[in-house]
Amino acid sequence: MTEIKVKDKDIVVPGDKLVEGMDVLPGQGTYREGEAIYAERIGVVKVDGRTVKIIPLSGAYVPQRDDLIIAKVFNITMNGWNVETNSAYPAMLSLRDGSSDYIQRGADLNKYHDIGDYILCGVTNVTSQMLIDVTMKGPGLQKLVGGRVIRVDSNKVPRIIGKQGSMVSLLKEKTGCKISVGQNGLVWISGTPNMELLAHNTIKKIEEEAHIPGLTEAIGKFLDEQIKVKA
Amino acid sequence: MSESQRAHIIGLLDAGTRLDGRKLTEYRKDITIERGFTKTAEGSARVKIGETEVLVGVKLEIGRPYPDSPDQGSIMINVELLPLSSPIFETGPPGIQAIELSRVIDRGIRESHTVDFKKLCIEEGESCWVVVIDICALNDAGNLFDAASLGAYAAMQDVFFPKVENGKPVYKEKTKDRIPLEHTPVLVNVCKIGPHLIVDPLPEEEEVVDSRLAVVSMEDGELCALQKGGDDPISLEDLDKMLDLGIEKAKVLRKFLEK
Amino acid sequence: MSYKERADGRKFEDCRPMEAKVGVIKRADGSAYFKFGNTWAYAAVYGPRTLFPRFMQNPTKGILRCHYNMMPFSSVGERVRPGGSRRSKEISMVTAKSLLPVLDLSAYPNSVVDVFIELPSTEAGSRCAGINAAALALADAGLKVKDIVAAVSVGRVDDQLVVDLDYTEESYPEGHVADIPIAMVPSTGKITLLQMDGIIPKDDLVKVVELGKKACMEISKLQKDALRAKYAGSEKK
Repeated sequence: MTEIKVKDKDIVVPGDKLVEGMDVLPGQGTYREGEAIYAERIGVVKVDGRTVKIIPLSGAYVPQRDDLIIAKVFNITMNGWNVETNSAYPAMLSLRDGSSDYIQRGADLNKYHDIGDYILCGVTNVTSQMLIDVTMKGPGLQKLVGGRVIRVDSNKVPRIIGKQGSMVSLLKEKTGCKISVGQNGLVWISGTPNMELLAHNTIKKIEEEAHIPGLTEAIGKFLDEQIKVKA
Repeated sequence: MSESQRAHIIGLLDAGTRLDGRKLTEYRKDITIERGFTKTAEGSARVKIGETEVLVGVKLEIGRPYPDSPDQGSIMINVELLPLSSPIFETGPPGIQAIELSRVIDRGIRESHTVDFKKLCIEEGESCWVVVIDICALNDAGNLFDAASLGAYAAMQDVFFPKVENGKPVYKEKTKDRIPLEHTPVLVNVCKIGPHLIVDPLPEEEEVVDSRLAVVSMEDGELCALQKGGDDPISLEDLDKMLDLGIEKAKVLRKFLEK
Repeated sequence: MSYKERADGRKFEDCRPMEAKVGVIKRADGSAYFKFGNTWAYAAVYGPRTLFPRFMQNPTKGILRCHYNMMPFSSVGERVRPGGSRRSKEISMVTAKSLLPVLDLSAYPNSVVDVFIELPSTEAGSRCAGINAAALALADAGLKVKDIVAAVSVGRVDDQLVVDLDYTEESYPEGHVADIPIAMVPSTGKITLLQMDGIIPKDDLVKVVELGKKACMEISKLQKDALRAKYAGSEKK
């Protein structure tokens, strides 16, 4: 007999027994020990057919190919830029990928991206040793000028973006801010002082309440109330 | 910190506001002091300013008076910028940042003459109390200067002397005796970013500070210690404004030290 | 002579009042505190982050570093001088060893996870409180851990087996004392820390470790509730 001891959307912590029996498969964030399946991360349970998995609620960003991330330039070499990725690993932005313009070898690279600059870039390659390449070639990839960059848990990024970008669109529309969300948990916000702060606080609120159903609606209400108070 | 980030912070200051929406000379609202958080110290205090948190403990030891002041006890202040409190602090002996902080707080307490060192003498030339104040940063969310200084004073207010037997302290038995404190020196770290003066900086603001002045003043507004920091020089006009701001804001913080 | 009653009136198999809280240091990637009576440990996790110097890196997985430290005012007696001692270095090492068997850092080659344990107040059992806090902080940081390690000190005071020795018991003046800090993986019952100071017959040792296991189960429940409280707490709002 296989018994599933948890329900969909339950919050579980490492060591919690999820399943007793062999008829269910251990998915992401779980492991099998003997006949039982246990949680190995803090997160929310998802029972998906015959698989039980955990959607993490916390954890460091691990770079993956095709991710869109916000990175910070910390070094300039002859061959390009070294950038921080809000993970344990820096990435390389090569001359060739530094801009949609052609950059000549030996050019003053700080004219393109200076140390301390934030860029919205794409991850093009991740090796097993976590050597990472990023590119600035692609639609929407750009240097992020002005505004502020805030840090959120990268596991919460899908909620901040929302289904088909619904949440971030709502934020942009109500606050009039320009917002870019990196999959690495860095978010860039630029707008008027009041609205930028409101967008910042709202994103922190979404991060905290990420696993609540009907969040987009609640956030819409929250933004309307806040804007009314400020007006 | 890039030029663009710095320009953004200055842009906000130009508009009379800051990253968290405060006014330039406004403290974070949630300031708390909790005395006596640990029984192992002779006196202790936990100070929070926003998310910044420091733990301060006072230990009393018996030592020999210095030969040049045989009728006086002494005070020592030590700041530990613990690596658990911020990703940028490292393990190992105190760095220059911790040393500066402890020396500025030490000067504020010493020069205010709030403690009469003669009252710490037990037997002239033979034995005296050595008051050791250890300040440990638990979470650095900006403005450790003000938090550490408030904590040092609040922890001294919390001290009960231990009983003395055969010239040694019996730590388990506390007496009703306290450290007599004559004045209330308060440190306010005034920071200059571009043309603007602010107090209670956030970590992002601390990164772009051009110059700062730690102003320690007493209840009558007299100054008892100063420390100019930061890379940029300050003008006499700046100095005047920074002192006024430091003295004015000390009145706000001093309320938290009145029990 | 025998040890008949504990100074604080506890039963011999009971721990002192315990408290656990998660997410107490905002700058850290994971954090918690854990208390046994007046023994109080904070733990903060930073990382995985780039490890320097480079020669210390492991290209197959991340490494774990633990740093145990008593705050200078944390002891009832004399001030604890800051800076590492031989004792704190050893405790740091056994703490790391007690946590490693459940921790999977294979996704983070060449990186380091730093765990800083700081004690503002101690009265026996500090390494166990430190391990309990550290285990919570690692889970809070979202790292892969098979279970939350739970630790407690057990032992013998005179001829009596006891759980969670306090300061008066550690320094019991009459008769023998054995002080045995243990840590356990609750789901498997496997032991990840075992040290002993003192004298005890082998049979008693086995019995007292059994008592420790029961206490670890209770500690484990408290730890898991504390962890759940942080994440479920935001749900209620």
